Amino acid sequence: MSEHTVSSYDEELTAIAGCIAEMGGLAETTVTNAVSALVTQDLELARATIKQDGRLDELLGEIEVKLVEIIARRQPMGGDLREIMAAGRISNDLERVGDLAKNVAKRVIAIDSDLKSKKLAIGVEHITELALGQLKNVLDAYTKQDAEAARQVREADSEVDAIYTSLFRELLTYMMEDPRNITQCAHLLFCAKNIERIGDHATNIAENVYYMVTGERLPEDRPKVDETGVVNA
Amino acid sequence: MKEMPKIDKADEMSETKIAASKVQVYYGTTHAIKDVDINIQPRSVTAFIGPSGCGKSTFLRTINRMNDTIDICRVEGEILIDGEDIYDPKVDPVQLRAKVGMVFQKPNPFPKSIYDNVAYGPRIHGLAKNKSELDEIVASSLQKAGLWEEAKDRLDEPGTGMSGGQQQRLCIARAIAVNPEVILMDEPCSALDPIATAKVEELIDELRENFTIVIVTHSMQQAARVSQRTAFFHLGILVEEGPTQDIFTNPQDKRTQDYITGRFG
Ligand SMILES: Nc1ncnc2c1ncn2[C@@H]1O[C@H](COP(=O)(O)OP(=O)(O)O)[C@@H](O)[C@H]1O
Ligand SMILES: [Mg+2]
Repeated sequence: MSEHTVSSYDEELTAIAGCIAEMGGLAETTVTNAVSALVTQDLELARATIKQDGRLDELLGEIEVKLVEIIARRQPMGGDLREIMAAGRISNDLERVGDLAKNVAKRVIAIDSDLKSKKLAIGVEHITELALGQLKNVLDAYTKQDAEAARQVREADSEVDAIYTSLFRELLTYMMEDPRNITQCAHLLFCAKNIERIGDHATNIAENVYYMVTGERLPEDRPKVDETGVVNA
Repeated sequence: MKEMPKIDKADEMSETKIAASKVQVYYGTTHAIKDVDINIQPRSVTAFIGPSGCGKSTFLRTINRMNDTIDICRVEGEILIDGEDIYDPKVDPVQLRAKVGMVFQKPNPFPKSIYDNVAYGPRIHGLAKNKSELDEIVASSLQKAGLWEEAKDRLDEPGTGMSGGQQQRLCIARAIAVNPEVILMDEPCSALDPIATAKVEELIDELRENFTIVIVTHSMQQAARVSQRTAFFHLGILVEEGPTQDIFTNPQDKRTQDYITGRFG
């Protein structure tokens, strides 16, 4: 897009996009570290990850100040307005991603024992890989203002959901096999759920990127199949 | 917008107060308005925005034939109000201007009392049979213009002694007094401070219940605040027209986008 007549306005918008990019990068590392601490039972890394989340909260605060200021001073319109609304929402989603990763890191400390099964570790790593891929793709879509890429991210969320469902079943089986597994499996189940929700935040971001770029909302009709409810029944 | 129920859409299409088609305006050899087509809905506020010199005022003046008063000005095309061609030779421009009132940029009360400013139109159009009917019209016009409380005890004082904002609302009362259907406003707030502007905007919002209002404004924020539909003009062309929220959040034309976001060189 061409430049504003008032060039400091461009600089302010660029600064906001820069903050989002920084938050995005940080959110990705926080998730990677939390899960890596989980599968290797690295308590040191878990503690460092919890600290890292604090920086995401700080950045969110900084972005909010910048957004309020730009709204008050510039009264953004059109594509600028959509960009600013999207930045507000995306930064909130990224901050939530950080919280979810922090929650995983806290559970590493609570579990404080090696994972009972290599297969379980692989399962958690796999869902994390998918969720992180979603996060990376949606952040790229944001940077490149690519509505089609954002749409694809939303489509792909069902894969994360499917993996979560199969992990859920697996953990349930372990718990039924031996009640001594219950504590660890329950923690792992929450970890998996947190990572599945990171995927949901990537989806939210995708919807906001799509709106930011096109001015249209993605149709609401994506059916969310949660089979874990059926298993529970 | 695409998800709107069909009935709303149909209503929107069928209700037209002012229908302009293929309108051209020339000042001598200058082609100031080019091929403008627009339908303006009744009982709503339509805002004209665009860079200075793009033809907003020129087009506004075609709606009550104010351009007739400019010698070198020539208007072509068709403008219908309630389906009637206002450029038909049978139409009396003076009668037309009672039906289509106008408020200007600079408040221009007559150098007469507040009362006479409002009573002027009804008198020349013979709208009141006697003094008490005229009093009635003056009072109700001042009320509709939100000026009654401030003016009722000083009706004999000169209108020119009021504040700028009051003068502008007096001009609106004067326009309302002849019972118009359409009110045209050409940058009515550009000489007013923010508080007086807010009062006029509040008034415009109330008036749209009974009148069709077309307002030219150089303030996009004002267009966003007061209008239901917005039309963007550029170099004499109507680039884009639509629901105000769409124009300011998701304009379809790049020129509109550049203008509303402050990207015009
Ligand atoms: N009375 C006039 N005589 C000659 N040219 C005019 C007259 N009024 C306007 N114009 C020209 O017509 C164009 C549109 O002007 P105007 O309608 O006043 O624009 P806007 O209201 O959007 O600022 C401009 O190029 C202007 O110079
Ligand atoms: Mg003008």
